[in-house]
Amino acid sequence: MSTIELKPENQALLERFRAGKKVALARAISLVEDERPGFQDFLHAALETPRFSKRIGFTGPPGAGKSTLVSALTRAFRDQDDEVAVVAVDPTSPYSGGALLGDRIRMNDLATDPGIFIRSMATRGSLGGLATTTKEVLDLMDAFGFQRVLVETVGVGQTELEITGAADTVVVILVPESGDAIQAMKAGLMEIADIFVVNKSDRPGADRLVKDLRLALHLREGEALKDVPAHHGVDLKRMGVPESGTSQDEGQSKGPEWEIPVLQTVAHSGEGVQELLEAVSRHRAFLEESGLLLERREARAAGRVRDVVERELRRVAWDHAGVKGTLAEGVAGIVSGAETPYSLASSILSELLDSGTK
Amino acid sequence: MPEGDRKIRVLVAKPGLDGHDRGAKVIASAFRDAGFEVIYTGLHQTPEMIVSAAVQEDVDVVAMSVLSGAHMTLFPRVKELLTEAGADDILITGGGIISEDDMEALHGQGIGRLFGPGTPTGEAIAYIRDWAAERSGRANQASRSWEAP
Repeated sequence: MSTIELKPENQALLERFRAGKKVALARAISLVEDERPGFQDFLHAALETPRFSKRIGFTGPPGAGKSTLVSALTRAFRDQDDEVAVVAVDPTSPYSGGALLGDRIRMNDLATDPGIFIRSMATRGSLGGLATTTKEVLDLMDAFGFQRVLVETVGVGQTELEITGAADTVVVILVPESGDAIQAMKAGLMEIADIFVVNKSDRPGADRLVKDLRLALHLREGEALKDVPAHHGVDLKRMGVPESGTSQDEGQSKGPEWEIPVLQTVAHSGEGVQELLEAVSRHRAFLEESGLLLERREARAAGRVRDVVERELRRVAWDHAGVKGTLAEGVAGIVSGAETPYSLASSILSELLDSGTK
Repeated sequence: MPEGDRKIRVLVAKPGLDGHDRGAKVIASAFRDAGFEVIYTGLHQTPEMIVSAAVQEDVDVVAMSVLSGAHMTLFPRVKELLTEAGADDILITGGGIISEDDMEALHGQGIGRLFGPGTPTGEAIAYIRDWAAERSGRANQASRSWEAP
């Protein structure tokens, strides 16, 4: 692996990072989060020895109890002597640029355990449920040596799915008020879960949601009627309804299969946390046995490379002196009708490609 | 991101045993609206919890609301623990029912400005912005030191 010379202050930081200093980890995260000069070189140096922590992502609507569940699970991992890092993401205001990061409130009983490191991140304009640099921050925590890295998204709606590219296991947390059977059948959030949790299960409607979720999952697996008693005494399974169906995840047709569990918890009392912990380890074992872990890691690596290349391409393109000129001169032509955005974009692209081959 | 555009991160904490967190919530919201990233940790924080959070979150400022009268112990204790943790470049500020004499005494121990009841939130915001601008001026002359003391 090529060695890149770091800026002197970053080199000093790297040495303290490697020595396991928490302050250095915290400051390295800021370096990456702010995308300060030299942050990519720092990441390159820090990631030379990847350790492959077990990464678990938590997502779900606002107020579903993500932080409380993360807190409970972190405590359980600590009881197994694992060191745990947590990233909790909350939204940045599009108006002021400020943010109120309040997830730590739910994690107060973890505050002084030296085996736990919690970092709050503001989205800073990113729309996928994570902050722009959350994945890189997770890499840093991994390189620092945590066995478990937990990440909690902002409260999401239906389409903020970036978590799938950040974690090995995705836990989708819902509450009894989350919706009905049709909500459970919709695309997006409902498709990314490795484990479903219906939190606040002491509230009315929890059993209904669990049933709806199971039904929606079985529909996806082509076994809609698995848990449903025969209607009017007619058993469709005996009437030649085909059992086979396409599973929702590629790679599942070969080897062991994963049946997505639907669990019930009451996070603040700890009810169901043990079952969640067991489901997480079962999923881990499944990932390893099926080879899916490797697939997910490779997909994640490919995604990271694409992100870095895209970021650099944008920088190269818009910092290019010639391109700046062409754009500035060309816009008047678009307004007057002599050019279109497409013809100008085309000349900019040829300009960039030409300068790249020289 | 140029040094001047760096987001200011502030930990708003409510140490001690009293349950009066209205002031802390008001200031946390005002800081958010001022464009700061506010880490709000809620009630009943010990100095150890505050310092541990401040270090992990790499905040620039710790702002504490103290209404219990324990400010002469709490502020210096947080300062001491931050220094031990190698994060003594963090500004400690705050507010509450604190006499002028106590404010001055604490200032002498390296605590930043403290604000009494009725202070407009804008005053605290301006103080933190000025402090950050001055610090980044210093940082441009000599890069911020990462070394522990």
